[in-house]
Amino acid sequence: MEPVWYQARALVRHSICMEVEINTMTGSNTVTLAHGAGGKQTSELIDRVFKRHFQNPLFTADDAAVIGIEKGRIAMSTDGFIVSPAFFAGGNIGKLSICGTVNDLACMGAVPKYLTCGFVIEEGFPMDKLEEIAAAMEKTAAEAGVQIVAGDTKVAGKGQVDGVFINTTGVGIIPDGVKTSGALAEHGDAVIVTGDIGRHGCTILLERDDYGIEADVTSDCAPLSGAVQAALKAVPEIHVIRDATRGGVGTVLYEIAAQSGVGVNLDAGKIPVDPAVKGVCGLLGLEPLYLACEGRLVMVCPEEKAELLVETLRNCKYTEGTTVIGKITDVMPGRVTMTTEIGAQTLLPQPGNELLPRIC
Amino acid sequence: MSDDRNAGSKKRSALEIIKNYSGPDVRIMEVCGTHTHEIFRLGIRKILPPSVKLISGPGCPVCVTPVSFIDEALILALDHGCTICTFGDLVRVPGTSSSLQKARGAGAKVQVVYSPADAVEYAVKHQDEQVVFLSVGFETTTPSVCLAVQAAQRDNVENFSVLTANKTMPGAYEAMKDSTDLYLYPGHVHAIVGTGICEDLAARGVSGVCAGFTASELVTALAVAVTKFEKGEPFFVNCYPRVVRAQGQPAAVRLVDSMMEPCDSEWRGIGEIPMSGMKLRDEYSQYDARVKFSLPEVKGRSNPACRCGEVLQGKCLPSDCKVFGKVCTPEHPVGACMVSGEGACSAFYLYGG
Repeated sequence: MEPVWYQARALVRHSICMEVEINTMTGSNTVTLAHGAGGKQTSELIDRVFKRHFQNPLFTADDAAVIGIEKGRIAMSTDGFIVSPAFFAGGNIGKLSICGTVNDLACMGAVPKYLTCGFVIEEGFPMDKLEEIAAAMEKTAAEAGVQIVAGDTKVAGKGQVDGVFINTTGVGIIPDGVKTSGALAEHGDAVIVTGDIGRHGCTILLERDDYGIEADVTSDCAPLSGAVQAALKAVPEIHVIRDATRGGVGTVLYEIAAQSGVGVNLDAGKIPVDPAVKGVCGLLGLEPLYLACEGRLVMVCPEEKAELLVETLRNCKYTEGTTVIGKITDVMPGRVTMTTEIGAQTLLPQPGNELLPRIC
Repeated sequence: MSDDRNAGSKKRSALEIIKNYSGPDVRIMEVCGTHTHEIFRLGIRKILPPSVKLISGPGCPVCVTPVSFIDEALILALDHGCTICTFGDLVRVPGTSSSLQKARGAGAKVQVVYSPADAVEYAVKHQDEQVVFLSVGFETTTPSVCLAVQAAQRDNVENFSVLTANKTMPGAYEAMKDSTDLYLYPGHVHAIVGTGICEDLAARGVSGVCAGFTASELVTALAVAVTKFEKGEPFFVNCYPRVVRAQGQPAAVRLVDSMMEPCDSEWRGIGEIPMSGMKLRDEYSQYDARVKFSLPEVKGRSNPACRCGEVLQGKCLPSDCKVFGKVCTPEHPVGACMVSGEGACSAFYLYGG
């Protein structure tokens, strides 16, 4: 049996692996198949990058991390990250991989505690970039109050993965009395979003450079566990907390409407969208409600608690832009409707319909 | 999609004018896909009194592109092995028996591009492929196609050509004038061609207003339209003066005139409208895919159950069509109006009428 950090193996035939190893024996500025072969280079990679950034008492050379159990309930979640490009305005895949899992745990009302991370790295990936990713993970994990307790590295041959893929799995402790779920929204509740929407999706869209559009947009990628804990402390009655990642706020609202068997009515004029994001969406015919966020939560709470919740979140880091955007209704269960800028009622188009760029 | 919070009071009063309109029944046809989309998104139809009826006319370039054009593209892709470069919307538009999406599944090369220039760039990078750009669109899109052909000629890109289905609005205004009482003219088209044609039509009794795209611009244009209509005299008002000038963009018009010439053109669901299309002039025929690949004349057949043609003329609502929302959905469009977000059927389906 090998210790946790020595479970690194190359995903290629042994003979090829050896050949590359011979060619890359002398110092390396890129990740090579040898780094995944389990030998000297593997130790070098772990020492140079991961141990340096992920050091903590629970992170040992043993086969698995050993953690004491507290009484009560835990939340557990896993997520894979394959974002392209891996580096973008406002973050990188490392920061994203911590925020994604931390935020998933936070949505269940859990206090995130421990993370594991698995890397699949493409042969030839620059070592300094990998280090940058690990450093972002260290910083974000520290900010979110989580410890990285175990990890795994695989190196795949050139072209078998795109740069680097990361999987993180997290465990959080749910305090007594906290219960949130997408199925708990009730008629009359207020719908809240914790900041302007669609920035991450828009940032990635522009970074991919398919459109030839330049705009000053930065990803909203952020760990939100601190804000959620403050929110739950002030308003324990929060019914729903969801992070609006892939599919955006619109998809989350349709999911809440379906899970809870309620209608959602949004006030179009109150939905916060950065002017640059709005401009890009206007040019491409995209709906900001369906662009991904990586640092925005949708919350549903009793109407009479909405003001306190908004006030609390506005005083927390990353949720300063919190605002009420609509309400839960008993009209048209399962659907999301909008009160538009001119006061008319329309449906928010259902997610899943590909929104194609306009051509005139 | 842009908002306009600073136009609050003006917007409200325009809204009041429309809501309280008490004049004779009036049909207003919008002839721009973006107008159609915004009208549905904002729910403008829902605040109109019964006497004001909006008709989504033939303003979405994808919606009016005939079945035969898709059939021609399929011949180029499948029989000639060409790489088709196209705007995304066209990929799912049904031809007589297939679509580019299905053809792609069967191995045809279909590339989605965001501008004609991207198609030239693709051709430069793929010298061993014959690249054909599907050139659809109105006066707003046509200049960029001319620029792409110009660039191909300048750089000796011999593996690039275009399959034209470009259309011009004046022929459509003339053909559709009995289906409406007045036009909500497409702001972007008239930003290019100017407002002379609108003034001419008004002189011949066909009224209209040129409209922008924000909530207040659209509502204001509609308020002006119904107020003028009630007075009974033919009129034209430019309600989008921040973008539309009387003379338009002469440079763009000159460019198109120098490279293209009018031709008869088929509009899906409407039929052939004389001199309402644009094709490359003879001196550019080496970039004309029909000439280059000696395409035969193609007669397309659309699905007989589809009523897109009547929808485009305001003769029925999308929901009156038997296949609407059942067999015909944005995921599985039967007619072109269900494909693009700017199509009347698609907007009707997505925003709930």
